[in-house]
Amino acid sequence: MMWQPLHRWITFVAMAAWLALVSGCATGPNANPKDPLEPMNRSISKFNEVLDDNVLKPTAKGYRDVTPQLVQTGVRNVFNNLSDIWSTVNNGLQLKGRDTAESLMRSVVNTVFGIYGIFDVATEIGLERHPEDFGQTLGAWGVPNGPYLVLPLFGPSTLRDTAGMPVDTSVDYVRNLDHIATRNSALAVRIIDKRSGLLDAGNMLNQAAIDKYTFTRDAYLQYRRNQVFDGNPPDEDDLVDVSPESVTPSAK
Amino acid sequence: MNRFLSRRSFSALACVAVVALGMSGPARAADEAADVFIKRVSSDILDAIKADKSIKNGEINKIIALVDQRVMPNVNFSRMTASAAGPAWRQATPEQQKRLQDEFKILLVRTYSGALGQVSDQSIALRPLRAAADDKEVLVRTELRGKGDPIQLDYRVEKAADGSWKVYNMNVMGIWLVENYKTQFAQEINAKGIDGLITSLSERNKSNARASQ
Repeated sequence: MMWQPLHRWITFVAMAAWLALVSGCATGPNANPKDPLEPMNRSISKFNEVLDDNVLKPTAKGYRDVTPQLVQTGVRNVFNNLSDIWSTVNNGLQLKGRDTAESLMRSVVNTVFGIYGIFDVATEIGLERHPEDFGQTLGAWGVPNGPYLVLPLFGPSTLRDTAGMPVDTSVDYVRNLDHIATRNSALAVRIIDKRSGLLDAGNMLNQAAIDKYTFTRDAYLQYRRNQVFDGNPPDEDDLVDVSPESVTPSAK
Repeated sequence: MNRFLSRRSFSALACVAVVALGMSGPARAADEAADVFIKRVSSDILDAIKADKSIKNGEINKIIALVDQRVMPNVNFSRMTASAAGPAWRQATPEQQKRLQDEFKILLVRTYSGALGQVSDQSIALRPLRAAADDKEVLVRTELRGKGDPIQLDYRVEKAADGSWKVYNMNVMGIWLVENYKTQFAQEINAKGIDGLITSLSERNKSNARASQ
């Protein structure tokens, strides 16, 4: 029993690494060191975008416009509560005592007093969320990002975060529901809820980017790095270098 | 009675004058800590948005006016544009630099105007500052608190020659604005030169303007 998920995980990682290797050969000399698989990633992004424009985005819009705000908040809270339990484990794996305790308290308080997490009582009493997934845990343990990857359906990721995903899903409460119809509808609602939370951000992205792919990639890599370091990442060499000489002429 | 009244109104006037002088003089800005500066400016902007309905309705001209009056005086925008453009900035003519700055500013104002329209009951909370008193460049970390999870908002500020603070980079949830445009700018400059980048920006601005009509 114990071996089956581990076996699946190894296969998955091996496949991802193989994919990275094979398509790595196809890249040109101008490749970005953080994104050696750019050609493949770009085509998968395009595929995801078409799917999003035609299925996910319209559904999420409908959900946002039709469902009462109170219900939407409740739904989001329930899923957040479930993820707080997994965050507790990941905070523990990263040896963050206080965050682990707070995440645990959050899930207990919200499950009991918030009626299975429908109401976010924990935030009201000052217990903050500390969302952590296994990719972040690997990052905190010092595992480097690896190449940037765009996954079909899931979108932006890195080799490390992709390797963390099967661990996240294997303990995912929703995915482990026995009743198949319930499980599938819960999964669908969770995806729609996530997407509806990103509608405004998506509109902004369309306006802000000169090249949407590059914008998304750079934003994702910065965002994840910030998460791994809990909001206080050390300065990155190439980011600090805004070469003062280049700035001086403009200052006056 | 008359004399008393006039004396009182005179002293009230004097009070107003003193306060006004204190507000506008660089003397006040000089001894203001970097995080206090950020807190003051951002609360000021949040209040201005909350007070004006037309901004919440997304009236772009009102938002641009707000940005020009309250945001831009506190930003070193040429430094922001220069860092995003990288080494190519030095080779650009002053006229190109100006056009690049103008187009970049329109792009940012337009994209952030949507976010400004969402402001309702949020407030700014400062996170601990790690800086010495005489630091010329400081990282100010804040949180936007409202309903839902707090949103991380950080600023890099520099001390200008006149002693006032100027923002030269900011991040939302860990995503630094300048860094996020660096690669895109470099792509355009490598492919089509600095004029090509300016053209791409102005085309993006035009299509954004059409989309919002």
